[in-house]
Amino acid sequence: MSDAIPDTVLEVRDLHVRIASRRGTVRAVDGVSFEVPRGEALGLVGESGSGKSMTLRAILGLLPPEAQVTSGQILLDGVDLVQLGRSDFNRIRGPKISMIFQEPMSALNPVMRVGRQIAEGPEVHLGYSRARAADRALELMRRVGIPDPERRFRAYPHEFSGGMRQRVMIAIALSCDPEIILCDEPTTALDVTIQDQILRLLARLCRESGVSLVFVTHDLPVVAQVCQHIAVMYGGQLVERGDVREVLLDPRHPYTLGLVRSAPDFEYVRESLVPIPGSPPSLITPPPGCRFHPRCAFVEEDCRVTDTPLRLLPGGRATACLHYERCLEAVAADRARP
Amino acid sequence: MPGSAEPLLAARGVSVYFPVGSQLAARIRHEERLLRAVDGVDLEIGRGEVLALVGESGSGKSTLALALAGLRPVDRGEIRFDGRALPANRSRADRRRIQMVFQDPYSSLNPRLTVGGMLGELLRVHHVVPRSQVEAFSTELLTLVGLSESDLSAYPRQFSGGQRQRVAIARALALRPDVLVADEPVSALDVSVQATILNLLRDLRGELGLTLLLISHNLAVVRHLCDRVAVMYLGRIVEVAPTEQLFSAPRHPYTQGLLAAIPRLTDSADYGGAPAVAGDPPSPLRIPAGCRFRTRCPMAQPRCEQEDPALSASPDDPGHLAACHFAFGPVAAAVGELQKKEQP
Repeated sequence: MSDAIPDTVLEVRDLHVRIASRRGTVRAVDGVSFEVPRGEALGLVGESGSGKSMTLRAILGLLPPEAQVTSGQILLDGVDLVQLGRSDFNRIRGPKISMIFQEPMSALNPVMRVGRQIAEGPEVHLGYSRARAADRALELMRRVGIPDPERRFRAYPHEFSGGMRQRVMIAIALSCDPEIILCDEPTTALDVTIQDQILRLLARLCRESGVSLVFVTHDLPVVAQVCQHIAVMYGGQLVERGDVREVLLDPRHPYTLGLVRSAPDFEYVRESLVPIPGSPPSLITPPPGCRFHPRCAFVEEDCRVTDTPLRLLPGGRATACLHYERCLEAVAADRARP
Repeated sequence: MPGSAEPLLAARGVSVYFPVGSQLAARIRHEERLLRAVDGVDLEIGRGEVLALVGESGSGKSTLALALAGLRPVDRGEIRFDGRALPANRSRADRRRIQMVFQDPYSSLNPRLTVGGMLGELLRVHHVVPRSQVEAFSTELLTLVGLSESDLSAYPRQFSGGQRQRVAIARALALRPDVLVADEPVSALDVSVQATILNLLRDLRGELGLTLLLISHNLAVVRHLCDRVAVMYLGRIVEVAPTEQLFSAPRHPYTQGLLAAIPRLTDSADYGGAPAVAGDPPSPLRIPAGCRFRTRCPMAQPRCEQEDPALSASPDDPGHLAACHFAFGPVAAAVGELQKKEQP
């Protein structure tokens, strides 16, 4: 972390994704930029409809047919993924970039033995023989904590519990030694104790094998546990970016502040939760100026008219808020309360 | 309140079983395979109290809620309400007094009825108010949950998730129930909307003196809203205590693990070590003999394989109950302290 030059694995530059719909063009992702340093984890946070999953799908080249990257770059080790054709993308997915989905049961093949599903990647992408790929699968199953791998190799996904299936997904994601793994709400469907097991496993893999993670979720504490960096999305744009603990403990954007305040926190109990009033903006006709201004408590005249790109702050943080000092005051007031 | 003379709603030795597998094979073999979803539960809710029921999926918490609300018959034990045992087939008056709010506001509202139609039907069928006042009372209900009169003519599809959950709460309150059973009322909603519903439930409790049974897997939600917490594991209650006590000094090893497993904003430096609770929960079709938690318990002893620990009160505090042989011994207290230190 304290290396002289941070080595960037993935860089997203000014990404725009548009979706054609009957009611008009949806600006699902509207000028998003972030980087993921090698061996570290970035949490991409936002509510449903904020564009976080679309960003992830754009990186993977798995956008639905009606959606399209209209401008911007996605650089993976210097290669722009936006320019790649379908067959080139197939060569990248697996050895360079892989993914873990929320629902492992629908991501796994129900009629194929689990071991063969893990071995498939190395056979196809790394040219391993069937026997060598099987050995690799067994080794991966051990690494992700699947007990009795020799027997479980021949089992089908339905014979596994939810937590074990997610471990299989992780083994598949790791099978070709990718640079980066994209995780879409990987623990949302799991129980608390199982979520804890999976999150610890991911944090350990990230540390031991140097693989980078992009972690899409709406759960702030989960991001705090696994990630070093956080990027907060609202209405298709990034509103705040920075070190995870700094952003969550000392937000510089009213939306981040709202998220932190409205989540019931386990550590200290507040008299009343502070909800964010209103509802998310339409992405067909987004409000002018700052997209958060109709719901913002600190709104001023200029917020309604001025575009609000991310501005860099000292210490490597960035915010889109024109009046972020107001957040500092609010956080200080929150702290002063007993 | 805990410890008051007669609880408003109580479960006594309640069990709910589901038959699984082929019924024909069961008849031939003269034995049925049973899934013991709820397996001998004792639970009391005092008038005006907010009790949380927490547990992982498959622990039987939703089945217990359905049984308490009378939406699912019990196979053993009885459900007592206001000093008497409720019969298997409840009268309309009894059903009115315990109402439910479900998890998914997208599937629990009739899409072809307007909000006004939905409430009006209820009010007329149950004769809650005279016919002439149905509309006025419907408006009052909507105001209570933070919606307006104009929403009476709207269909569920015109509402957001949070607003739908408000409609569901208004519908449950329409019958002026004594007890509201809310099964994961916020887990289908976005974070910023969850807060509005939680605040609403807390306000309603203050305004109407409602007794609330809140079922949740989210311990942070529970801590915010509830007076007492009951923890369920594989069909049994393993610990019951006042909220602050359960969070600060949990006694059952499962509760201790559950609390340690919650992700926190303020994180410990070395994440990635041993998980709080190892392994998967056993299938409710094959409940381990003896203590049900022993297969995942860090302090399991040979005794735990033979003896099924009963839910019993702490010698120092009759309001704190746990189902563990060692819950109130020196070991459990020490483990609890240790885990608190690890999670500052």
